[in-house]
Amino acid sequence: MNSIDLEPAEDHGSVPAVYVHHQHPVPDPGIEEHIERYTDANPAAGRRVYAQVVGMLALVPVMAIAVIVIYFAVPRQASIRLGPLYANAMNVGLGVTGGLMVALIGFAAIQWAKQIMGDEESVDYRHPILSSREDREEFLSMVDDGVRQSNLGRRRLIGAALMGALGVVAAPAVVLLSDMGPYATPSRIRATLEKTVWAEGVRLVNDVTYTPIKASEIEIGQLVNGEPEVIAHMEGAAKIEAIAKAAIIVVRMDPKSIRIPASRKNWQVGGILAYSKICTHVGCPISLWERTTHHLLCPCHQSTFDLGDSGVVIFGPAARSLPQLPITVDSEGYLVARSDFTVPVGPSFFERDSRHDFKKGDN
Amino acid sequence: MARPADVTTAESSAVEAHEPTAPHRLSSAGAAAEWVDDRVGAARLGKGLIRKVFPDHWSFLLGEIALYSFIVLLLTGVFLTIWFKPSMAETQYDGSYQLLKGIPMSKAFASTLQLSFDVRGGLLLRQVHHWAAILFTAAAVVHMLRIFFTGAFRKPREINWLIGIGLLSLSLIEGFAGYSLPDDLLSGTGLRFVDGLIRSIPLVGTWIEFFVFAGQYPGTSIIPRLYMAHILLVPALLLGLVSAHLALVFYHKHTQYPGPGRTEQNVVGYPLFPVYMAKAGGFFFVVFGVLVLMGGLMQINPVWKFGPYTPNQVTAGSQPDWYMGWVEGAVRITPNWEWHLGHTTWSWNIFLPGVGLMGLLFTSLAAWPFVEAWITGDKREHHLLDRPRNAPTRTALGVAGMTCYAMFWIAGGNDIIATHFSLSLESITRFMRVAVFVAPVIAYHVTKRLCIWLQRRDQERVLHGSETGVLIRTPEGGYYEPHEPITVDQAFVLTQHDEMDVLDATEGANANGLPPRDGVVVSKRRAALSRWFLADNLAKPTREELEHAHDHGSSAALTSGSDHD
Ligand code: HEM
Ligand code: FES
Repeated sequence: MNSIDLEPAEDHGSVPAVYVHHQHPVPDPGIEEHIERYTDANPAAGRRVYAQVVGMLALVPVMAIAVIVIYFAVPRQASIRLGPLYANAMNVGLGVTGGLMVALIGFAAIQWAKQIMGDEESVDYRHPILSSREDREEFLSMVDDGVRQSNLGRRRLIGAALMGALGVVAAPAVVLLSDMGPYATPSRIRATLEKTVWAEGVRLVNDVTYTPIKASEIEIGQLVNGEPEVIAHMEGAAKIEAIAKAAIIVVRMDPKSIRIPASRKNWQVGGILAYSKICTHVGCPISLWERTTHHLLCPCHQSTFDLGDSGVVIFGPAARSLPQLPITVDSEGYLVARSDFTVPVGPSFFERDSRHDFKKGDN
Repeated sequence: MARPADVTTAESSAVEAHEPTAPHRLSSAGAAAEWVDDRVGAARLGKGLIRKVFPDHWSFLLGEIALYSFIVLLLTGVFLTIWFKPSMAETQYDGSYQLLKGIPMSKAFASTLQLSFDVRGGLLLRQVHHWAAILFTAAAVVHMLRIFFTGAFRKPREINWLIGIGLLSLSLIEGFAGYSLPDDLLSGTGLRFVDGLIRSIPLVGTWIEFFVFAGQYPGTSIIPRLYMAHILLVPALLLGLVSAHLALVFYHKHTQYPGPGRTEQNVVGYPLFPVYMAKAGGFFFVVFGVLVLMGGLMQINPVWKFGPYTPNQVTAGSQPDWYMGWVEGAVRITPNWEWHLGHTTWSWNIFLPGVGLMGLLFTSLAAWPFVEAWITGDKREHHLLDRPRNAPTRTALGVAGMTCYAMFWIAGGNDIIATHFSLSLESITRFMRVAVFVAPVIAYHVTKRLCIWLQRRDQERVLHGSETGVLIRTPEGGYYEPHEPITVDQAFVLTQHDEMDVLDATEGANANGLPPRDGVVVSKRRAALSRWFLADNLAKPTREELEHAHDHGSSAALTSGSDHD
């Protein structure tokens, strides 16, 4: 009984031997005897299932009519309250009636198949997937005939030239994609990714009301979401692109409780500092401010920046400090930028020269 | 009309060429089939297919759920295209949702609001579409796990496994593209994330970013482009692959679980027509109906609550659809490794978890059938499924992979865990960094032990019957648990599997003392892998052991489970 097969079959010469034991200590008892179903054995049960199936199908048109009635009769904005559920009445109505309409067809069909259709199992036989030796040989000889007829044997160059030609056709097809976008040349990168609309003298404005921010109006511990004033006059895509890079947060901290490096002494106004709002990780706008610790937490992946220490990363997956915007006040006491950011804002990109970002301990 | 006689036979004036010998009344369905056959000769094709046998098992429904959700996606998606406007041009909202009246937003977002509030049934279709997308990806993943754990990917089904991997990766892309279309605050945040992933690709990232977004992020082209991908390019590819996938299932005939009378040479089940058709067709309507009910009763992606996308706002605690959760987690816990070499920046902190991990997952999934066949040297065809316990190393690897995935996925909710359990984010992140490596190792060992333990239990059941859970006290005061005999059918299932020998390195002899076959070279490393994969299996009882155990009358002999044979 303990038959040992040398597998695989002979035609795979280079394959290592696997010794497979198809030992069947318990002989195959063969397919189970068919047991008569309750619905076949008991005529009353059979009739019940029959009625169920027909009943379910009969409900389908009822549901369909309900769907149509609800569509026309229920006011669009009416709402419905079912216990904790508070929802649009038409949506719930259409969903419930439409869902039941469809599902009933399914339940009826399955019930029919399981309880009423004959349930004797049948057996199909499998044949090895690989073709028989004769088929293979016949096929290969047909291939040979074809190759001979094509005369490729004597005119070899045609084959190589055709392959080459087909390959070359792909090149223009790919090249046609080149106008999908501008090229990321160094000058274009400088003009786009590395530049924002901030410039010397641009006022900081509140990002909702667009009112300029007065230094004297910010209290210690307060955070204001800001934008450059020029944004107010922009629209559409240009505006969104500008916001995606220029958004800032303005915070006021007690100057005695924070560390201001010598190189950034005049980037702030009495403890008011402005930072890019765009996370240096993958660019989420950062928003969660903890006034006692001066920590700013990004809601996306929880990178945490210390605004009391030039925006260095103290936790999380971000690798670079938040860029700080140098600011001062104008003659009317409003906060204005001294220049654009000194390093590119937002997520890293390959061509970014990251040697000038602020690192912990820099001065 | 020279020779009309040629086209009719003596008995009949119709074109009917092969009247069945015995007059045979066809049902109306049969008459229809005849009509078609007269025109396309469908009977020749159909007779091979119509009574094709499909085995029945609940786990074979998983792929069906994925297929039916896909059909629902196609149907609902076509409806959505009637009203959805894939445009990032700015407009002022003027629909019936009062809270956003007068707010500037993209036409894409405005048309999604229109679908949700002004088109009757639009909200239902949106919600059904979104639930179907979630069900589709979930069913596809669980279906893949079923294939993996039962070894259904083995020869000759490797190509279909690869098609399945292609389907899975395309459906992630499709789902992501769809999620981005409404241009609400959440979908914009997702796009920003993808922009970050693209940028992190060394050397070419910025080029790809500019090509994909037609300039810098976000531009005005991305939604029209994603729309093209979402409703044309990817669905066409999916449809093609799904068809190939199903054609191969048909062609190979479905695998079956081991059971009495089930062999590598047959397939036992119900015929396609009518039983399987009614069941599968019925099941489509059930899946469809359940999805419509979900769309009616369960809110999903209420974009009006998030508002239109602006790049300077984000909703806290925002979560992507479930299938992107693990990438999110990986990105959260990867340490902030970044190289600053000369004028360049290499963002491993984003590239490794984002692009790298996904590549690793799909590559290792695609490679597995070939790796396993190489390790075992097994090149036979398999149509009987493995019981997962009988392939302990594979099962353990699968559970380890699932555990690793789960750890990443949990890490994707580290902020939610932190607030719920008042833990510090730092400690959770540090814990998860270790857990993604350690938990899979633990899971691997536990699973492997468990499989071997289950093998041992199978053996006990075959030899001594199954435990009854009743304790009986003997007159002498001892206790014993009587065992109940198992049926021959059960005993056969527990002992039918093949056993493969470990491959020995070429110099040595095979475990059975048989010399290695000519021309076959097995390296030491391969032999070691083979040992790792196979050596821990418990040998199943031999016929002698079985007879011995039953002679000893250990309370159980096999009862005949069936009267025949
Ligand atoms: C596997 C296939 C598909 C998946 C996973 C998928 C997924 C999604 C998701 C998650 C959304 C966002 C829905 C929302 O607003 O909550 C969406 C939107 C959309 N999908 Fe699909 N989809 C698929 C196939 C299709 C097909 C075949 C079409 C059209 C022929 C289509 C048309 C649309 C349209 C027009 C939208 C935008 C409408 C809106 O968001 O309200 N989808 N898709
Ligand atoms: S985007 Fe801020 S932590 Fe990832």
